[in-house]
Amino acid sequence: MIRVVLPAHLRTLAKVNGEVELQVAGEATQRTVLDALEARFPMLRGTMRDQVTLERRAFLRFFACEEDLSFVGADERLPEPVVRGKEPFLVVGAVAGG
Amino acid sequence: MSSVRLLVGTRKGAFVMTADGKRKNWDITGPHFAGWEMYHVKGSPVDPNRLFASQSNSWFGQLIQRSNDGGKTWEAAGNKFVYDGVPGTHQWYDGTPHPWEFKRVWHLEPSLTDPDVVYAGVEDAALFRSSDGATSWEEMSGLRKHGSGAGWAPGAGGMCLHTILIDPINPKRMYIAISSAGAFRTDDGGESWTPINQGLRSAHIPDPTAEVGHCVHHIAMHPARPDVLYMQKHWDVMRSTNGGSLWQEISGNLPTDFGFVIDVHAHEPETVYVVPIKSDSEHFPLDGKLQVFRSKTGGDDWEPLTKGLPQKDCYVNVLRDAMSVDRLDSCGVYFGTTGGQVYASPDGGENWEAIVRDLPAVLSVEAQTLP
Repeated sequence: MIRVVLPAHLRTLAKVNGEVELQVAGEATQRTVLDALEARFPMLRGTMRDQVTLERRAFLRFFACEEDLSFVGADERLPEPVVRGKEPFLVVGAVAGG
Repeated sequence: MSSVRLLVGTRKGAFVMTADGKRKNWDITGPHFAGWEMYHVKGSPVDPNRLFASQSNSWFGQLIQRSNDGGKTWEAAGNKFVYDGVPGTHQWYDGTPHPWEFKRVWHLEPSLTDPDVVYAGVEDAALFRSSDGATSWEEMSGLRKHGSGAGWAPGAGGMCLHTILIDPINPKRMYIAISSAGAFRTDDGGESWTPINQGLRSAHIPDPTAEVGHCVHHIAMHPARPDVLYMQKHWDVMRSTNGGSLWQEISGNLPTDFGFVIDVHAHEPETVYVVPIKSDSEHFPLDGKLQVFRSKTGGDDWEPLTKGLPQKDCYVNVLRDAMSVDRLDSCGVYFGTTGGQVYASPDGGENWEAIVRDLPAVLSVEAQTLP
């Protein structure tokens, strides 16, 4: 089970409160976590990554275990505490704009 | 008794405002999609309770929302806007080639006959169509590929397709406008497009009478006379009596002919409204006086309408999609400002009153006349 923390706007969009818990098929990577997230909440498609290129949106970052995972390969295994559900995978909106 | 519903898009959410035929007391709901930029919200003429809304921001991109109950509840619809083929480049501000990139939906235009068909005008400029109620989208790429696309350039607000007009008599004919490319017409349902900018003169582009490159801000049409078009260009108010094939300036006695909005009275095809703005570098009314100007003669001869509008210290703007009219016997006229006011006139512009004064900056206003 993977725990995911979404930014406020995406929680509202997905109609969820607090963390989201996901069952991820196969290896837990950024790609499989986002695939599972979008499958469960189709309204989130396109809000975190481009729907065609699957590139992360510019004003979003992915964090876990106090590390910035934004530039880690999408198919690399997530840190063990995230895989084991001890730590959440954080989707973070850039602090920018007004 | 008939009623009116206003669909108001703002920088930080959408609002739905309803009133009975007197249009005196308004019930306001919102913000819907609080914190998001709501560029446009519009209802289907076939099924007025079916609404489409463009929701976006820089962090999470573009979403489309759909309501089937007049805005009480909403559901996320399709937001996959993919250009047909390799989109290539258009001109950047400095004249260099710049890749076509989807940014947002500026305008949603529901079909006049089918509640499942809706058109989307997007930035970077292109026209998309959905035939399944906004669940999926397909580019009508004949527009972007008609030949001049590589020469289109963005205006200050981006390279946006912001105006979509459907001819109510000839369903194969549509008009669109792009800042800064100009106006285009299709006569074959969107397969092919023709630039319709003859008669426009824009001193700020290298060839002032070029076929494309004009910064058209908005176009309006009266449904009873769809060959007659009114245009607010960057500078100049224009009119065409032949479906855009030739334009003539009708700025006449306007104190300034810069502006964004233009609209036509519901029952008088020759009665036109604009809100003059001081200049392209000073986007607010002249002398701090908010004035709607009305022509009852199809242009040239304009009168200021000021009763109920602030006549001092007013420095707001009225953006291109932020004016609309209802179709009640006494035509209501509505507009929203970047200062967050939404003004209503239940009598064709004679008297104005603010429905609300402190919304986020208003991006769009659409009036629905309900049975």
